[in-house]
Amino acid sequence: MPVIDLAVTPLRDLNSALHAIPRGSNDIAFEVVNPRGSHAVAVGIDAPVAVDVKGSVGYYCAGMNDGGSVTVHGSAGPGVAENMMSGKVVIQGDASQYAGATGRGGLLVIKGNAASRCGISMKGIDIVVHGNIGHMSAFMGQSGHLVVLGDAGDALGDSLYEAKLFVRGTVKSLGSDCIEKEMRAEHLSKLAELLEKAGVKGVRPEEFKRYGSARKLYNFNIDNADAY
Amino acid sequence: MSYHNPYTPPRKSATFDDYTLAEIRRAAATGIYDIRGAGTKRKVPHFDDLLFLGASISRYPLEGYREKCDTTVTLGTRFAKKPITLKTPITIAGMSFGALSGPAKEALGRGATIAGTSTTTGDGGMTDEERGHSQTLVYQYLPSRYGMNPRDLRRADAIEVVVGQGAKPGGGGMLLGQKISDRVAEMRTLPKGIDQRSACRHPDWTGPDDLEIKILELREITDWEKPIYVKVGGARPYYDTALAVKAGADVVVLDGMQGGTAATQDVFIENVGMPTLACIRPAVQALQDLGMHRKVQLIISGGIRSGADVAKALALGADAVAIGTAALVALGDNDPRWEDEYRKLGTTAGAYDDWHEGKDPAGITTQDPELMKRLDPIAAGRRLANYLKVMTLEAQTIARACGKNHLHNLEPEDLCALTIEASAMAQVPLAGTSWIPGRGAF
Repeated sequence: MPVIDLAVTPLRDLNSALHAIPRGSNDIAFEVVNPRGSHAVAVGIDAPVAVDVKGSVGYYCAGMNDGGSVTVHGSAGPGVAENMMSGKVVIQGDASQYAGATGRGGLLVIKGNAASRCGISMKGIDIVVHGNIGHMSAFMGQSGHLVVLGDAGDALGDSLYEAKLFVRGTVKSLGSDCIEKEMRAEHLSKLAELLEKAGVKGVRPEEFKRYGSARKLYNFNIDNADAY
Repeated sequence: MSYHNPYTPPRKSATFDDYTLAEIRRAAATGIYDIRGAGTKRKVPHFDDLLFLGASISRYPLEGYREKCDTTVTLGTRFAKKPITLKTPITIAGMSFGALSGPAKEALGRGATIAGTSTTTGDGGMTDEERGHSQTLVYQYLPSRYGMNPRDLRRADAIEVVVGQGAKPGGGGMLLGQKISDRVAEMRTLPKGIDQRSACRHPDWTGPDDLEIKILELREITDWEKPIYVKVGGARPYYDTALAVKAGADVVVLDGMQGGTAATQDVFIENVGMPTLACIRPAVQALQDLGMHRKVQLIISGGIRSGADVAKALALGADAVAIGTAALVALGDNDPRWEDEYRKLGTTAGAYDDWHEGKDPAGITTQDPELMKRLDPIAAGRRLANYLKVMTLEAQTIARACGKNHLHNLEPEDLCALTIEASAMAQVPLAGTSWIPGRGAF
């Protein structure tokens, strides 16, 4: 297994190696040591590689991941797994702002807390946060699922489209056009699946509340102007 | 003696003119502001207010049709492994699939390719038709990230990080529900028929320090191959250019307020942003102050209509220009042949700007399958190519008259201004004088 020490190896070499995986290759496990907050670690992966990052990373770790499995044994800076297409990204610590922003697919698991704007403009990604999330999370979320085992901050789901939000703890406030919705059987089933995929033990789907779009802002109406 | 009171004609207010009064009534009747496409319609100082001096005893000209006047431009020489070289410095600006029909996007690609220049995606992602018909395609990286994916990022020839546009610096976009077809909805991951907001700022970065890291990420994803442009609206051109350079841009795209949009509030288009003419010199000054002029290329857009406009923008220090509205007109937008239909829509050819409504008689700014059929992408592409070639020839004609063997050799010294305002903005002397108002401070 290649071990890349970012204390002595340029970031370019790491990402270049990850982009050069031949189709069908067996040598698909990488370990990254001494990331020391580096930005853009393991970005643009487009093969089923496994990357273990031993430490904390800066901005945009695993950005645009398409099929890779990236685990950060530390915390992640802003925009982790932004625009992820497929694959899995696990953050053992906390994640900063915009975690999973605009993600289109795959699973992002944050074992700690996520800061503000988690899942902003999400477009199909599934995000499971074991801890709490900050304000304005899932802002303009279009599709996908955001599961929060802890509490959510202010203005959850503001201007939400069709993303589905599940929160186990309290929600400080809901954003414009975001409402609590009925938890139906299909939601419980999806939630159970996501919890299992994210390695969550001892938590039942029934403990969550579901939030989604009231769909009142989908087409402009002057009488809704106060909502903005 | 009787006094006869002479007739006094009714006097209308200059402040409350007929248009203003109609707008007040419209707002009162509908309860909504006017949304429209295109750029500003107000008269602002523009390239028309500049003239070239031409050759004289102290400057000798080049022979037309005989002595070479180069028009090529290479973009992305600062960091990109694969800079792009264009035969003409006139590029096609970003316009979205969604705002425009598929055939219109195809026609833009065809026309640009024949003319040897680039075209640009827009706020809706990259279509296969567009990629297939565009030899050189710039992929916009926008706040909405509609249709954004790493595959398209890698098959682009350059990446344009859009921070703003001239029609609405600081504003996002809105694609109204009637233009959201199944295909547009799928590309944007949104339900069909709803109004789609295009965000006004990026979801995962704020400010120039973040932008530098975002550009690093995009370069890493694309293995440092692609030129990375940063596009800004004409707001604070000196500082925006300097900050884009600091953030690592290969190319700065600067769009003045005459630049078009698919749909924005009229109040925004008409009242926010600076005229193109006022943007160029501060941007060039920023590049020069940083020792980056010609190393980081500058593309100017917003109201470019002719080879004269191209030559003037380049003389003021730009490396290339981009056209949007003019390209649509070349395809067939606002053509008088559809006058009867424009009348039915309550407008007239040349004034039609309800591009957001999807009813375009010319079949360009629409997703209506029947209207779309009216645009033949091959013929429209040919018209665009002709137009691009004419503009290039016009720019060469002027450059030769000024004794320049490359369009990039045009310089401010070749120009004078017709008005004090244009003189101050373009920083060239008022015609017949050596006076440049306000010189020395931006």
